[in-house]
Amino acid sequence: MTSKSILNLGQKFSVLIVDDDKIIRRIHKVLLNKFGCQSHAVENGKEAVDLYVSGKHFDLILMDKEMPVMDGPKATQELRAMGVNNMIVGVTSRGLDSEKQAFTEAGLDYCVQKPLTSETITSLLQELAKKY
Amino acid sequence: MERNLHRQLANMKKSLFDQGYLDHEQFTQLEELQDEANPNFVEEVVTLYYRDSARLIQNIEQALEKNPLDFAKLDNYMHQFKGSSCSIGARKLKNECTQFIEYCKTGNGEGCKRTFQQLKKEYSSLKKKLEHYFQFARQVGPLEKACRPK
Repeated sequence: MTSKSILNLGQKFSVLIVDDDKIIRRIHKVLLNKFGCQSHAVENGKEAVDLYVSGKHFDLILMDKEMPVMDGPKATQELRAMGVNNMIVGVTSRGLDSEKQAFTEAGLDYCVQKPLTSETITSLLQELAKKY
Repeated sequence: MERNLHRQLANMKKSLFDQGYLDHEQFTQLEELQDEANPNFVEEVVTLYYRDSARLIQNIEQALEKNPLDFAKLDNYMHQFKGSSCSIGARKLKNECTQFIEYCKTGNGEGCKRTFQQLKKEYSSLKKKLEHYFQFARQVGPLEKACRPK
């Protein structure tokens, strides 16, 4: 597994995990922790939007597509409309390109398959590091 | 003696991979997340999975009793179940979920019901195998203890 030592990022990124599946939230939290990230998890898109409305900010948002209350595409649209410009990555188990495309058009930077792998996290954090 | 037990444990795991119950990559990734802070992470996640998915199984069961079947609802439930199953590396279950979702798309109610019965068998079978695996793993203990010179 690629670890933070190999990435040599030299900084802690903050990550917001938005997923209604508590197993995914747990796995992604521990996985991100291995990469030296500080992560926070919420259960739906509305909780994510509310965090930003309250003044919180994250370097990266991992946004699930299908959630109750407010889904990923809707939450992404609202965040972008608020002026949120940090990286938002859609995470979905839906495999069809058309489904990923629709989600991406809501304002994502990338859309990836879940569950996340250490290789995917490595790529995303390397992209994030380029911005700083 | 301890190394033999560890070898037995490794063979149990290999058998789960070879028989297609578990996805090698995903399950190995979960194991790599185990450390001093999370020493029983895999067992914790699997336990969480079985606790959480019981509700979904019940929802699907109830939805399959309705007439006419609501395929959109069934697709949604199964999609959630598939996501959770993939996260613990449950390969056979993932395949059954995919088949079920295909039947939902074509409106094949009998196909859904048949696949769901098979899925429940795989679900129970994997649960027993993993319980047995974790029970043995707890008895065997961590590998560093087996390798530590006396």
